[in-house]
Formats: sequence, C-alpha cells, structure tokens
Amino acid sequence: MERVEVAAAPNGVANSRQRWKYLDKMLTRSGPFSDPDTNFGDPVIQILESRKILVIGAGGLGCEILKNLALSGFKDIHVIDMDTIDVSNLNRQFLFRQADVGRPKAEVAAEFVENRVKGVKITPYCGKIQDKDDDYYRQFHIVVCGLDSIEARRWINATLVGLVDDNADSLKPLIDGGTEGFKGQAKVILPTLTSCIECQLDMHAPRPAVPLCTLATIPRQPQHCIEWAHIMAWEEERKDDILDTDDPEHITWLYQKALKRAQEFNISGVTYSMTQGVVKNIIPAIASTNAIVAASCCNEAFKIVTSTNPFLGDGNNYMMYTGDDSVYTYTWEHLKLDDCPVCGNLAKELEVGRDATLEELVAGFADRPDSQLKKPSIRSEAKSLYIQFPPGLEEATRPNLSKKLSELVEDGEEIAVTDPAFQIAFKYKIKFTS
Amino acid sequence: MASGTTTPPVLHGPTAKEKKYDRQLRLWAASGQAALEEAHLLLVNLGSGVVGVETLKNLVLPGIGQYTILDSATVKEEDLGVNFFLDESSLGNSRGQATCKFLQELNPDVKGHFIAESVEGFISKPQSLKAYSLILVSAPIDPSILSQIQQHATETFVPLFYIHSLGFYAHFSLQLPHTWPIVDTHPDPVSTTDLRLLKPWPELLAFVKGKSAGLDDMNAHDHGHVPYLVLLLYYLEEWKKEHEGKVPSVYKEKNEFRDIVRKGMRSDNAEGGEENFEEAIAAVLKSLNEPTPTSAVKEVFNAEECKNITKDCPNFWIIASAISTFHANTSLLPLPGSLPDMKAQSSDYITLQNLYKSKARADIASVLSTVRSLEKELNRQTSIEESEVEAFCKNAGHIKLIRGRPFHVAKTGEKITWGDRAKTMVNALTDEGSLVLLYIGFLAWDLFCGGDAEKVPGTHDADGDATTLTQTARGIIAKLLTEADKELEEEELETVHEKVGQICQELARAGGAELHNISALTGGLVAQEVIKAITKQYIPVDNTCLFDGVRSVSSVLKI
Ligand SMILES: [Zn+2]
Repeated sequence: MERVEVAAAPNGVANSRQRWKYLDKMLTRSGPFSDPDTNFGDPVIQILESRKILVIGAGGLGCEILKNLALSGFKDIHVIDMDTIDVSNLNRQFLFRQADVGRPKAEVAAEFVENRVKGVKITPYCGKIQDKDDDYYRQFHIVVCGLDSIEARRWINATLVGLVDDNADSLKPLIDGGTEGFKGQAKVILPTLTSCIECQLDMHAPRPAVPLCTLATIPRQPQHCIEWAHIMAWEEERKDDILDTDDPEHITWLYQKALKRAQEFNISGVTYSMTQGVVKNIIPAIASTNAIVAASCCNEAFKIVTSTNPFLGDGNNYMMYTGDDSVYTYTWEHLKLDDCPVCGNLAKELEVGRDATLEELVAGFADRPDSQLKKPSIRSEAKSLYIQFPPGLEEATRPNLSKKLSELVEDGEEIAVTDPAFQIAFKYKIKFTS
Repeated sequence: MASGTTTPPVLHGPTAKEKKYDRQLRLWAASGQAALEEAHLLLVNLGSGVVGVETLKNLVLPGIGQYTILDSATVKEEDLGVNFFLDESSLGNSRGQATCKFLQELNPDVKGHFIAESVEGFISKPQSLKAYSLILVSAPIDPSILSQIQQHATETFVPLFYIHSLGFYAHFSLQLPHTWPIVDTHPDPVSTTDLRLLKPWPELLAFVKGKSAGLDDMNAHDHGHVPYLVLLLYYLEEWKKEHEGKVPSVYKEKNEFRDIVRKGMRSDNAEGGEENFEEAIAAVLKSLNEPTPTSAVKEVFNAEECKNITKDCPNFWIIASAISTFHANTSLLPLPGSLPDMKAQSSDYITLQNLYKSKARADIASVLSTVRSLEKELNRQTSIEESEVEAFCKNAGHIKLIRGRPFHVAKTGEKITWGDRAKTMVNALTDEGSLVLLYIGFLAWDLFCGGDAEKVPGTHDADGDATTLTQTARGIIAKLLTEADKELEEEELETVHEKVGQICQELARAGGAELHNISALTGGLVAQEVIKAITKQYIPVDNTCLFDGVRSVSSVLKI
C-alpha cells in the first residue's frame, strides 16, 4: 500500500481548513444550547489545537479513543499503556494486526493513528502510569481513561485530585470509560468539584470471593474446582514455577487438575475455555460496546475543550449504558461524597464491633466495596496499629492484630489507612456498634 | 445419573479462531459466530458516509462473512477529516473502493466488496438486492429509492436499518420482518432461576424429608450445611400444616414465614449465624411466587402463528405450540433445570442438582412428544432436532416475539401517519425522557432536502433553514395531534414548539456534517443491533433509537 509521507495534499489545501469542513460547522456556528460566551471560529479552533490530552490505556477503548480524538481535531495526544499485543485483542483493537502481536500497544497504536490522520502528534509511553510524577501529569489539560483495572483508575484519580490548587489550570477533567460485554459507562470527573472515582467505588464492587473452605472441602461448581487448582493445587505441586496465565501449558495443567477434581465430586462443566476465563478473570469484550463508550468519552472531551455544547460534569456526570435488551442509557448525577477519602474533607464513618479484633478490621478492608484495600496499614491518632512494610515494623505491630479494637482506639477516633497501591491515606472515623 | 463414569473429553487447546474471537464467543457462542460468518451485509453509503463505515468496522472485527459498500462518491479533502478508513492516497479515488480496502485490512477472514455506482442505477437492475442478508442505509437518500429498498426488505424478510448522524444528534430505525421470534434472549441469570418451590414434585419432597429429618438435633456442622432450598421446603411444609395446606402468598405472610425461618437459625456460634439460613431468608420474597408466564411469553402463546401452526411454519411455532399445551395442562413452563450455588455438602448439592436436571429432562420429553405428534398431524417433512426443543424449553420463560414494522419514509406531499402509535406518540411529546421531538426533527430534515445531499438544512444559511425546518416539524406535530384526535394545552404546545425549534436549530447548525464521535457511537449501536438481528440472540431495538449527544441521553421509540 503506497502512502504519501509528506503532508502534501494534491490541491495544496493541507494547511487550509478544507479538511475540517465538517468539524468547522460546529466550531464556527453557535447553537441553541452552546455557551453564549464561546468565541466561535478561530479562537475555539486555536484552543482545540493547542490542548494537550492524555489517553490512559491503548486497548479496546484506547484504540477507539485515539482515533476519535485525532478526528475531533486534537493535535497533541499522549498515550500510556504497559501491555503488549495478544492475539485475543484482534477482535476489537482495530489498530493492531496479526504481525503486531507481541509489540507494545501504546507504540503501535500511536504510529498507526499518526500515519492515518496527518497533522496529529501522538506520543506513546510504554509503561505504568505509576512511573510518572506530578510534573508529567500537570502538562495535560484533560485525561481520558480507557482502563480495565480499578486500581489504575483509583491511582490516576487520586493523582489528579492531588494536583488541584488555587490555579484554575490545575484542575484537569478526568473522563473515564469502562465496558463489560454489552454494558458500559462513561463519566466525567472534575477533580475536587464533582464525584470522583473513589466516591463511586461501591459501583465497582468486586465479585465476592468463594470461601477457601468451599474450595478445599465442598466444591459444588466447576468454577470451584478451577479455583482449587489455581489457588491450592498449583501451590502444592508446582510452587517453584511462577504461574503464567498466558502459558498454554500452565492453563492445560490447571484444566486437567480441575477436571480430575470435578470428576471426583461428580461435578460437570469444566472446560478449557472456562478454566482460562476463571484464572485470567476474563471479561467479555466486543468492538461495538467499546465504540459506544469511547465515543461518548471523546464527545465529552470535545465539548469540554470547545464549549460547543454543554458537557457532562455540570449537573449530570455519569452515563450508564446497557445494550443486551434493546438500547438503554441512564444519565444522572452521581453525588460527591463529603467523606470521600480522596476528594472529601470529612473522615468516613466506619462501624465496627467493640469486640472485633484488629485482624478482622484489616481483613475487612479488602472486602468492603467502598475501600477495597488489599494490604492496608493502619495508624490511629496516637500510634501505629498495624504497619505491613517494612518487615521490621510489621513484626513490631503484629501483636496488635489479636487485640480487641476497644483496647486500641476510642469511639469516634480517626484512623488513617494506607495501602502500597495508592499514594494517599484513607481517613476513617471509628464508630463502635456495641 | 452422575457423570463420574464418563470418559474425560479429549484434551485440545483452543483453535486459532477460538483464540482470536475468545472475548466475543463468551457472549454469543459458536452458534452466533457461525451465523455472523454466513451473513452478507449491504451498506448503501450516502452523505458524508462515516456512520455506515464505522458500523462496518464493528462488524468486520468480530468476523462478519461478507460486506458490500455501495458508494458512488469520490474521496475529497474533507472526507479525510472525518473518516478514519481513508488516507491521503485515497484522494480522488472511489470512496467505496478506498473504505472497502481499509476495512478489509481489519480482518483477513472477512470478504469485502464495493460497488462504485449510484444507488439509482444500482437499484434499477432486477434482483440487485437479492444477495444480501441485511441492508444498512445512511441518510440522505431519495425517498422513492428508500421506499423501494423498504419494499424489498418487507417482501424478502430482510432486516433493514435507516440511519442519520448529524452534528450532535443521531437516529436509526430498524425494520425487522413482521414475525421475529427470539429464543436465546440471554436473560440475567438471576431472573432465570425457577426452583418451583410452590410446586415441588415427589422426588424433591422425598429428598427434603430425608435431609431435614431431625433438623433441630443436628450437630453444628450438619445444621449449617442443609441446603437453603431444603430449609425453605421444610418450613413450607410446616407452614402448610398450620394454614390449611396453603402457602404464604401475600407480603405479610411471607414476612411471617421469613421470621419463622430466621428463628430456626442458630446464632450461638462464632459467626453469629449460619450462611445456609441467611441464604434461605434472603430467598423468601423472590422464590415464593407462583410461576406465571411473562407478558412476552403470553404474547407468543396468543399469537395467530402459535394457534394455527402449519405444515411449513418455522420450528419456533411448533415448539411454542407444544409448550403452550404443556402450560395449559400443568400451569407451568418447562423447568429450566439450573440450580444456583448454595452452601451445601458437595454430594447433597449434586444430588439436588440432578433432581432438577432430571425433572427438566422429563419436561423436555413431554414437550418433545407433543412436538412429534404435531409434526405427524401436520405431515411435516423434517423433524425438529431434539437439541432445538431442549434449548427452547430451557429458556421458555424468556422467549420474545417482536413484530417488525415499517419505518416512516418522509416524502413531500405525503402525510406522515402514525397508525396505532399515534396516541402513545402524543403522550411522548410532553414526556421529558422521550426523544420523539428529535425523531420529528429528523423527519423534517428528510422532507427539507428530499434526499439531496446538496440541499440539506444549514448548507449555507443555518438560521434561515432552521426556521423552515421548525415550521415543517410543527406541521408534523399538528398532523400527529389531528390523527390521534388529541389536543395539548396551550402552554404544553408552546413548550413542545420551543423544544422542537431548538432541535431544528441544532440540526441546521450541523449543515449535513457528521461529527466523528457521534458517528462512531451510532456505528457502535447499529453494529450491536446488526449482531442481534443476525445471531437471533439478545433483544433488538423495537424499532427506533435516538441519541442526543448534547445531553448524552438516548431513547427508544416504537414507531
Ligand atoms: Zn471522591
């Protein structure tokens, strides 16, 4: 396929606005709902072309987002993704081809869109969002997220909330999209002003884990047998190998173990595909849902930057989408929580039993839908109650685990909870229930 | 009965295709994928031509069999600012050819074709539409040509989509064949649970009796592992003894019953309760209901096609008729046979699961025997596969029938009529949540340009055209009110006029322009509906969907 590398359109209009004829209808004409203060025409076009925008994730949503932003007139786009391309991405991540399998997603996606849409600059970073510091994030005007990990979302959310100071430019709108099968959601967050990812955490409650005793002694479902193979059999029989869920030999081994166990208990239904699904926690994903959610996110980004129409965030800030039974959207305002540990200024009330142990409290933080902290360290106003790192401190605070909470804190006392996955402290106010 | 003695399946990893399509096969399975791969789509690509191409992108990726793009346009500079499936090398070439090529690159398993001919020329040839299993048309299109395509779709039972994407607004209507039954609707797994607690059968009751014997004297372990289903049936039998054989039916009684179950729970343990009892308590309100068929199921039973099955009618109606007989005889639908997970010993759970499975098999056998006698009676040539009857029985509570309806083709000089939907549409006019006014805006837009891309509202004079468009839209509203024989209060009418005026302003502002984001979003919606129509899985839009990108809201209307 031949490509003209130099931006030399045959009729010499490469620098004219002819290419953006359609987009310019909206950039040069006001509408019945547009902001009366908008300076339509050149001023708006200038703003759009100078705004730096960051895309987090170059997967199913990310590919769509990059394409959409490039064709919305954005010129300076950055993209972060730590993954490489897998063959199972090809059914929806349309910037990748069979020959790209194994290459970094951010790099391939940036290259592709830059080649296709002349005049746009896309800067990839192949790595983790946590590699970058505040100065890096401060350079952007808007952040659009297409991630499948709730932890990464919480991290960028807390970072953007942390950036906000008296300067108006320090407030970077965060637009976040997510999908699962035929369902998805798009939302706009104005850090410190409107409901943030942390305020909305209970909408992303993790699936309840199957109790270990069920796996160990009374499995009933094929999934129980697979989890048993995954969590217990592997540890027992192959603990020197690191389980690689992308290694077919490893999955086959787990599948066979699970199948054998299922037969012992007369349980039917264990398949290779199910084994893979359970072990890798696979979420079904299709091109159409990604297209809908990504385009909704980019539509909001475009409206925020150009003021061509009102955007989500001012009032309604959340659009939920369901497409398995007809087409249904619900657009509403998710309210900011005053006691949000990230963007609120009040400590969140935490009801606990007076006789509960510190150990139970620590374990509870992983399961509570509104905290989901896997390795929490806890300090009270007066002292360190339990600190997981470094090992020396862990050892020193470990004896507290078996103590009753009433021996360690007062009713109404504030505790601070930290977790290595997040750079902030979550504040809670203890309230004894009995 | 147990599967313990069967040999394990042959071990083989997934095929290359299964790997590539893994994430979607988890939704529509191999059967849906096979249907997709059989399909051949026609895109009649008009206007600035983005929304149709974006739709195809979402269908080429999951592996649709073939697509054909009918597009006579030549690629212009402005196309490159809105269409991703073109680049500098496409300038001056056929747009159909260029988009076809770039789409084809997405998936080597798909066959792409293009026809760089005008739609008038193409459609005038006999049989030109015959090859396609589904047709997409993007506005603007000459209304008489749209009518011809619509007529073809009606006569040949081909699903047809008509799509608008203009500025921040979008619309599509889906015309399905008049009879569109769906078995595999993929209901929420929670809603498919049918435990038949109010109509237990003897084998189940025998098991309950055995498992609940001496409940009060059981040791802690056994007491905490009695499956909740057994607990509920046990306490129901107790309840019946004191209530003249009746089960708790009203809310108050169910509450009382729940308290009885709660009293049975032991809380003198470390956990302060028992998981199986908690599960039983939680299930009382939702499981103690008489299993009545939903209105969607009744609609199928009451359909003419179900009452008058024929020698050549689709299998669906034969099975539906057999299940309707089953329901008439038992006031039950066939048991789905699945059992939710619950706290229990493995062996108890498996026994219980097998009780449900065998009951489901017995129900299927009963339906199957009716199917066989119907086939014989009607002298049908081929007999329906047992697996089809089985799949139908398992989802009998969630089948759905959609009656496809033709969408409006707005033609100058012809009145737009609403038929049996007129009254509903009048109510929608003043409903905040409905986007019927946007739909009327699109009808007015079609009337304004008559399918001529050079004459769309706002090409030169956005304000002037908005005024004309608003008048047309108000005219459509006035005729709708007359047809429905209804009036709006003056204030209401004023609000409706003001709102439709704003919509017309926004439509004229677009001047026929597609915004890439809105076309990408609409392309996602349309592709999803195409997948439902082709796989006959999930429930499609019935029959018109609107998206307002100003407010980020959508609405579905039955027109
Ligand atoms: Zn918050």
